[in-house]
Amino acid sequence: MKTFLTAVTLSVAASGAFAAGHCAAGKTLTDGTLTIATGNPAYYPWVLNDAPEAGEGFEAAVAYALAEEMGFGADQVTWVRTSFDEAIQPGAKNFDLNMQQYSITPERDKVVDFSAPYYTAPQAVMTTQPVVEGGAAPTLESLKGLKWGVVASTTALPVVMEQIAPDASPLVYDDNANVTAAMKAGQIDAALFDLPTALFTAAVLMDNGVVLGQFDPSAAENPDQFGMLMPEGSELKACVDEALAEMTESGKLGEIEAQWLQEATGVPLIK
Amino acid sequence: MTRRAAYEAQQKRRANLIAGVSTALVLALVVFLVPLAPGWEAVRASFFNGEVFVRVFPDLLRAFVLDVAIFAWSVPLIFGLGLAIALARGNTNPALFPLRIFGAVYVDLFRGIPVVLLVYLVGFGIPGLGLARPWNSPYIWGTVALVLTYSAYIAEVLRSGIESIHASQRNAAICLGLSERDTMRYVILPQAIRRVVPANMNMLVALQKDVALLSFIGPVEILRQAGIFKSLLANFTPYVAAAVIFLCVTVPATRYADYLMNRDRDART
Repeated sequence: MKTFLTAVTLSVAASGAFAAGHCAAGKTLTDGTLTIATGNPAYYPWVLNDAPEAGEGFEAAVAYALAEEMGFGADQVTWVRTSFDEAIQPGAKNFDLNMQQYSITPERDKVVDFSAPYYTAPQAVMTTQPVVEGGAAPTLESLKGLKWGVVASTTALPVVMEQIAPDASPLVYDDNANVTAAMKAGQIDAALFDLPTALFTAAVLMDNGVVLGQFDPSAAENPDQFGMLMPEGSELKACVDEALAEMTESGKLGEIEAQWLQEATGVPLIK
Repeated sequence: MTRRAAYEAQQKRRANLIAGVSTALVLALVVFLVPLAPGWEAVRASFFNGEVFVRVFPDLLRAFVLDVAIFAWSVPLIFGLGLAIALARGNTNPALFPLRIFGAVYVDLFRGIPVVLLVYLVGFGIPGLGLARPWNSPYIWGTVALVLTYSAYIAEVLRSGIESIHASQRNAAICLGLSERDTMRYVILPQAIRRVVPANMNMLVALQKDVALLSFIGPVEILRQAGIFKSLLANFTPYVAAAVIFLCVTVPATRYADYLMNRDRDART
């Protein structure tokens, strides 16, 4: 029995590698081409310089790695642009895959298909330039001494209380906008958001925002996971999931994440 | 006992009996009919969960101390400022007319703005101008927002009290040779303030609940603590527990206001 299973596993693995090019055959919009959609415009650090063709930025890099895994060469990838909302709505699509940080939710899953998650958003610490100049560092020890602000209804509060256990009790707010206002008013030093929100808030909403560090995503209890969006009932889904599993297994996905979301953004892991 | 007294006593007994029976009937209907509703079990589990209640109650009580503290330091400020505004609006000196205008504008403005907006505006806005810690504390500026709003209300209550004192009192004081200042201080205000005590008690009960609005700008007081438990336990019982704690304070306060009102009415008739 055992030898039989081994034999099956071996043959599946072998055929997987061999059949990678065929798995998507005839299932894409245009035969021999993988059409991938991104945002209009696409933002840092997901796509650099709004130019996904260059393969720079986390999602652009994942897209090309995935295409390769599925047997498409870099020249067989076509990019199109969609707005965030139009892609989530039901109906015919002009793409095979859409990547623009779609969180996988049960409600969305009813009208479109999601691949297995290609990214799990970690919690990240946002603070301000003066606080960093005051000596704040991405270590639990240093984070203890900061005045924290968190949103009441998120999982951020238990994370702050249990993992960081700050010296001063945190202030608690209704939503991200209020946390941002309190930070602008200098009432809090640091806040906990998921990394994409932290990057956006620090770059766009704050004048002197800094993303100090990120927590290990595997530590989060109910993390935000991004999936590639496909039209409901897409035949490509099984193929994409298989390729993603392969990329996770081989560590390729982790490498891309380290390169574009830790090194490129300069957001170190908190120790 | 005269025949009349006996008759009145009988009538009173009859009234008490009817009141008792009708109250018991209504209570019985509520107690027996509500649980018959098809969703009662679900409602009870998410709003009246004994286990959750016991678990969160001590923490809520601790958070309530913050409400009481904010209330305690706000009240003297509110009455001080309210009295000043009432006097500013009530002065008749032509040279001090700008003060009257100021009083009127103040009351119109701060009585007309929703408390929540003022809490945000003052709580985030003023510290945002660049104050350093600890002077940008949400406790300080949240309190300022409450004081601005409530002193406007209290000023109007006090002004109505001052105006309710008959002009003959003022005239008599002037005849006795009291200055305008002493007339206000020793004749008008003592009577006016006593007359509006019940109305002010109502304002205090309202303030006690509005203190919870400070949670919008950060402080973890009882309502926020209840909200945190709600997200944590996915259960609304913490809000019910918070309501119980609030009632323990506001019901006696309201009854006391009623008592004062009745005493005042009895004294005048």
